[in-house]
Amino acid sequence: MDLFRVLVVDDETDFLETLVNRLKKRNVDAIGVLSGEAAIEEMKKQLFDVVILDVKMPGGMDGIEALREMKKIQPICEVILLTGHASVETSIEGMKLGAFDYLLKPVRLEDLVIKLGQAFEKKDSHEQKIRGARIKQLMRFPGRVFDQEKEDS
Amino acid sequence: MRNAVYTGLRRKITAITLAVSLAPLVTLGATIYYQFSGMYRDKIREQIYYRARSQAGAVDLFLKERTAILAAMADTNHFNDIVQEKNLSTIFSIMNQRAGAFVDLGVIDIGGRHAAYIGPYELSGLNYYQQPWFGEAMTKGVFISDVYTGFRKIPHFVIAVKRQENQHSWILRATIDSDVFGASIKAAQVGRTGDAYIINREGYYQTRPRFAGEIMEKSPVDPSLFGGGTTILEGGNGHGKPMLYAGSWLNNDKWLLVVSQEIREEMASFYATRSVEIAIMLAGILAIVVVTVLTTGVTVKRLRESDERIDELNAQLVQSDKLAALGKMAAGVAHEINNPLAVILQKTGWIEDLLEEEDLAQSKSYEELKASIVKIEEHVERARKVVHGMLGYARKMEPRLEDVDVNETIRQTISLLGNYARINNIEIKTDFAEELPIIAGDQSQLQQVFLNIISNAIDAIGKDGYIVVKSQRNGPSIGVDITDTGPGIPPERKKRVFDPFYTTKDPGKGTGLGLWISYTIMKKMGGDISFETEAGKGTTFTIKIPAVAPEKK
Repeated sequence: MDLFRVLVVDDETDFLETLVNRLKKRNVDAIGVLSGEAAIEEMKKQLFDVVILDVKMPGGMDGIEALREMKKIQPICEVILLTGHASVETSIEGMKLGAFDYLLKPVRLEDLVIKLGQAFEKKDSHEQKIRGARIKQLMRFPGRVFDQEKEDS
Repeated sequence: MRNAVYTGLRRKITAITLAVSLAPLVTLGATIYYQFSGMYRDKIREQIYYRARSQAGAVDLFLKERTAILAAMADTNHFNDIVQEKNLSTIFSIMNQRAGAFVDLGVIDIGGRHAAYIGPYELSGLNYYQQPWFGEAMTKGVFISDVYTGFRKIPHFVIAVKRQENQHSWILRATIDSDVFGASIKAAQVGRTGDAYIINREGYYQTRPRFAGEIMEKSPVDPSLFGGGTTILEGGNGHGKPMLYAGSWLNNDKWLLVVSQEIREEMASFYATRSVEIAIMLAGILAIVVVTVLTTGVTVKRLRESDERIDELNAQLVQSDKLAALGKMAAGVAHEINNPLAVILQKTGWIEDLLEEEDLAQSKSYEELKASIVKIEEHVERARKVVHGMLGYARKMEPRLEDVDVNETIRQTISLLGNYARINNIEIKTDFAEELPIIAGDQSQLQQVFLNIISNAIDAIGKDGYIVVKSQRNGPSIGVDITDTGPGIPPERKKRVFDPFYTTKDPGKGTGLGLWISYTIMKKMGGDISFETEAGKGTTFTIKIPAVAPEKK
């Protein structure tokens, strides 16, 4: 089965738990964390396809900082920003930093799932390209494949 | 309330100005009046004083002359000569040549008998021994009688002088026509009310007064009031008119010459001057009052207008402050609402998910639960729209500058609303100014403003009516008037028209944000939006758009 691995980051417990549960019901392998810091920790442990990230999380690392860190740890992982209107400008900034898209809260799950699908496809094709490129490299310079993987991680 | 303040202020200013300007005028007028009136009174008193004195002097002189001649005649003739009728006649004619006014002449011996007589009457042989004047002439040497009509029924008086001749004394007595000096006194009867006459110590007329009264009658003047020499008195004349009297004693204080005049007549020229003064004063007072009232009125009116203008500006300032604050607050509140809404939406979604599970799908209440969930979602959606509307506007507040054709923008807006208007049988008429300049602005924001106001106009009319959209160039700006034939805005709602979340539409039909957003857009653009409304006639919204010229490319 083609399971998405999704990390959901939101400081609102009720929202987080419910969203994670609903995603799981839709065969998404979702994990929820309550802060940017926790998300970074989690991403250091395992790979994700898509991160759903709340832009506005008072009291800790904000969405944009977290996004920057995430792009360092897993550059290929796509990030969907969740935002209120007051932080739309922030979200647009986030897009420049490599976020896949942003969605306005409150978001309907149907819309979110569609966005997830698109993000996953993008990530997947990106991965395919990289893989293809590696294979070409591997064919040209057979001895250096491990070095290349090291650089990527 | 306010009216009372301005009325009070106007009264105060008027009162103070009048007091300050009238007080010196009135004081000056009164002072001049009293000074002048005092001086004038002194003058007329002086005049009447000298008139009385000179007349009295004249009469006294007349009497002294007559007495002196009589005495000279008595002293220069012997009794035996003088009783000769021929001699007496000669003396009588000499006396009349020298002085005149002698009517007759008689010699009375010591026994009081008429020893000789020259004159028109038949008096010889009468005996005067018992008459009081005879005794007095005998003791004092000279006697001047009061005026009396006596045996002759015409006014005359008598001068008698005593001649002591050895042991024998006799009296030379002459009758004098008092009309002679009566005529000289008449010279002092001046003007319309001036009078002059002689009274004796008892107050009986010795000469005929000009007005009521006859010789020998009692005069209304009380001689005891007059002191020695010449005295001036003021009093009534019996007809209530104030008179000025000057009395001068003569004939050894037996007679009093009275000169009288109505004060009013004497003061006539003064009163004329006074009338002129009063007229000038009144004209001055009138002018001051009129000018004061008018200037104060204008001043207070100006003050009031400027107060009102300040109030209006303050009200506008307060209004825009209030709207800005409300806007910020609303945006904050709306944002906070987003989070709970997101949770609610997730929770209902979760319930939906759970309902799909087999055993619950069998439940009897399944359909009802499902329907409730749908309702909740609908209402979350409604709340979400409100928040999106507000925050959507807030996000757009950085206006873009592009070339905007105002007429074209209105035309597009009307075509968007065309259907809605047609359904309600509302005609949208346009009256565009030709050749409006292309301006630099944010077309979508402007369109949002037109859209809000025209759709409000349609809602206000309801059914059947028309809307006129008029554009025109007003100097540095473009004005757009949108007039509807709706019921107008009631006065109590006028202040809140631009408040956020203020709506009179049915719940769920309007967010109450349209006009607030329009207002804020226009203000940020440097324009303005205002309205005029009349109950039953409709409302006109006026949008003022600054005509900023687009940059040359």
